[in-house]
Amino acid sequence: MTAILEMRGVSKSFAGVQALRDVNFTVEVGQIHALVGENGAGKSTLMKVLSGVYPYGDYEGSIIFDGEERRFRDVNDSEALGIIIIHQELALIPLMSIAENIFLSHPPSRLGVIDRDTVYRRTQELLAQVGLTEMPDTLVTDLGVGKQQLVEIAKALSKRVRLLILDEPTASLNENDSAALLDRLLAFRTQGIASILISHKLSEVARVADRITVLRDGRTVDSIDCRAEPVEEDRIIRSMVNRDLAHRFPQRTATIGQPVFAVQDWTVHHPLHRDRRVIKGVDFEVRRGEVVGIAGLMGAGRTEFAMSLFGRAWGERISGRIWLDRREVNLSSVAAAIDAGLAYVTEDRKQLGLILDADVRKNITLASLDRVARQGMIDDMSELRVASEYRNRMRIRCSDVYQETGQLSGGNQQKVVLSKWLMTDPKVLILDEPTRGIDVGAKYEIYCIINELAEAGKGVVMISSEMPELLGVCDRICVMNDGAFVGEFTAAEATQERIMRAIMRNKKIDKKVLQGDLRP
Amino acid sequence: MTDKTVALPGHTGFIKNNLRSYGMLLSLFAIMLFFQVMTDGTLLQPLNLTNLVLQNSYIVIMALGMLLIIVTGHIDLSVGSVAGFVGAVAAVLMVRYHVAYPLAFIACLLVGALIGAAQGYWIAYFKIPSFIVTLAGMLVFKGLALAILAGQSVGPFPPTFQKLSSGFIPELFPGAGTLYPTSLLIGAVLAVALVYTSAKSRARQASHGIEVEPFGFFVAKSAVLFAVIVFFAGLIASHRGLPNVLVIMTALIALYGFVTTRTVIGRHIYAIGGNARAASLSGIKTERLTFLTFVNMGVLAALAGLVFAARLNTATPKAGAGFELDVIAACFIGGASAYGGVGKVGGAVIGAMIMGVMNNGMSILGIGIDYQQVIKGLVLLGAVCLDVYNQRR
Repeated sequence: MTAILEMRGVSKSFAGVQALRDVNFTVEVGQIHALVGENGAGKSTLMKVLSGVYPYGDYEGSIIFDGEERRFRDVNDSEALGIIIIHQELALIPLMSIAENIFLSHPPSRLGVIDRDTVYRRTQELLAQVGLTEMPDTLVTDLGVGKQQLVEIAKALSKRVRLLILDEPTASLNENDSAALLDRLLAFRTQGIASILISHKLSEVARVADRITVLRDGRTVDSIDCRAEPVEEDRIIRSMVNRDLAHRFPQRTATIGQPVFAVQDWTVHHPLHRDRRVIKGVDFEVRRGEVVGIAGLMGAGRTEFAMSLFGRAWGERISGRIWLDRREVNLSSVAAAIDAGLAYVTEDRKQLGLILDADVRKNITLASLDRVARQGMIDDMSELRVASEYRNRMRIRCSDVYQETGQLSGGNQQKVVLSKWLMTDPKVLILDEPTRGIDVGAKYEIYCIINELAEAGKGVVMISSEMPELLGVCDRICVMNDGAFVGEFTAAEATQERIMRAIMRNKKIDKKVLQGDLRP
Repeated sequence: MTDKTVALPGHTGFIKNNLRSYGMLLSLFAIMLFFQVMTDGTLLQPLNLTNLVLQNSYIVIMALGMLLIIVTGHIDLSVGSVAGFVGAVAAVLMVRYHVAYPLAFIACLLVGALIGAAQGYWIAYFKIPSFIVTLAGMLVFKGLALAILAGQSVGPFPPTFQKLSSGFIPELFPGAGTLYPTSLLIGAVLAVALVYTSAKSRARQASHGIEVEPFGFFVAKSAVLFAVIVFFAGLIASHRGLPNVLVIMTALIALYGFVTTRTVIGRHIYAIGGNARAASLSGIKTERLTFLTFVNMGVLAALAGLVFAARLNTATPKAGAGFELDVIAACFIGGASAYGGVGKVGGAVIGAMIMGVMNNGMSILGIGIDYQQVIKGLVLLGAVCLDVYNQRR
């Protein structure tokens, strides 16, 4: 077989962080090549290099496509050669028809007037190829996610695709839609169209892939020829996660007390697709002084779970019961949740956590202004004193508390968000990706703060996509997948392999067995 | 990365860092000086100054409410029509049905609150863009004013109601010739009070170790502030004294200045404009507060409508037309951000005064209404461009 694509020695770094190191990656004509790896392993970066999002000169190494070295300046250059990428977030315009979407950039036209008959006819042909029977003038918004995905593929076909890149195409699809999509890929293979499939679902990868390449920390660590050797899930999982624990974690001796936070049968529906259950009848518990980790991949429902608990800040048709300090509470608004002693530190501090234009002081006191006010009037000196206390205690590096928060580094911004929530004096803190996008030193400081909170008897929930961090900090780790808990491990028994296996197998493990393990 | 924002040592550094906050005030003085010279001293003649205040009072009053709306990230295009409509309601109540002045006054403010609530409800709870809701309101209330006045002017108002706009505070020491000593005294007391409170807050900040303005700068600033207030009080006092409406206006400016800078509710309003989602995840009731800013705007628009009707001594179907543009322009000239979260009461008041002085000065100079609009438009664009440029630097 001949190679259609060969990427040689590709390296790419962002501001000192090495995202790709000397990656070699080859796709043959008519091959389905699966690319797997943890979040942040470098899969998306590699695909962005390939498609020209990062132009030539922005990376090291070379791209050989169709036997010639290519230097793409942007996405148009790679598309012209038939390299089409379909992102996880679909790039369709919902209120336009299927036909308009497929021929958005280059509609067949005469003298600038769109030739509607040709558009209609060609759309029908393309839809037939991807197995859709919809009319070309159906609005995209009226299609389900699975069919939208197929429209994207039809759009790629209209551009004479030779190499199709799919970034987690089945993440939001149900089983039938997923199967239909994978069948398409197999059909394209016979037409000589190669595909790169990025996926977390090992079962589907094993079903369709001709070759599987594993990326870890920006390197290719394994490559399996599926037709020559059997696909062992364990081998893949081990390759994905096996790495030295580069970070060190502050020590803590846990003194775990009574349950402080308990959730029973928590169910949440999607705010837009009100029939879709995002969280599926989940039970959850945190004890005093305990740090509970929630592991899972992006889209597993962890953030949605946390935000729905926090005064129903996300989701519709929410049901279930919550106990705080063994008292059942009804947290119908964020204010009620804060009053009851719950705090949620968002994963997206810039969009949801901070007012970047406002100074450090205003951000710290935002959620508990009443503590520095009398009869609705802010006592600016007491506000200043409290803000300065948190600045010292959390070691927030800023010129003074009047500095604009947007000017601080990511780690210091995160400490401002943490200060805001500590000031509300919560019983339970939910930290959503608390160390995302901050440097190693600041991470260590955040871990120390988490330890202090646990030692002070608070219940801490930590959602993280970085497994070493969960293993290093948590007393117990729950694994979430597809809106339900699929595994639970104590700190002693948890390993990256076990967690990854729980996610990848995506099987509901008998809860009783797990809890039996948990509390002997 | 952050070094530039740290205050430079020494006095020049402090002045540089604070130039922007004084820039607007300096522009106002420059514009006044310009017209004072160009009009051979007519601008600051006592009679003209009093007129200037009366002419612009309703714009200032509405700018206070508009500032809050703009800070939350919204806009209200209906204020002119609402003011006109409430003026019409006042005329119908007092002239046609002879309702007593205080009762009619309160009823009119309530009508304003209801209108604000009706519009704010759609904006805050149904998330319909404020631009659209208030554009609709603009048409509705313009039409309703025309309808309840049956297309005619209704007046005159009872003399007690006229006093709202054309009255002056009573003189406690009559017989002092052309000067009204009470007004001068009030001006002087106000000046002393302002200097005293700023000295006190400076001392309090210094005692907490906060960086304060250098002493020399503070003294100079206080002296200028004192002199300017006493000077204008003197001018006002040499023509019939303080107008009632100026007293109302000053009280409102002080109240809104306090609410925006010192209260929890004020802080929450700025938080909504700064990042609505972060504010709501911090337990702030963003919807209710947005709703209340529109109720507040309705009340202030109603008050402005009453002041305007009292000044004309008649309610006309055309009253209030185009006010919203002056009010919104005042806020933006005064440094409010169209993206929300930024803006000061002082800025909006100065913005309104800049517009007022320009209107007045250009009229005295005999510039036609056509070119007045052109110039005002360019000043608005220029002021905002300068602000954006300053922020980028």
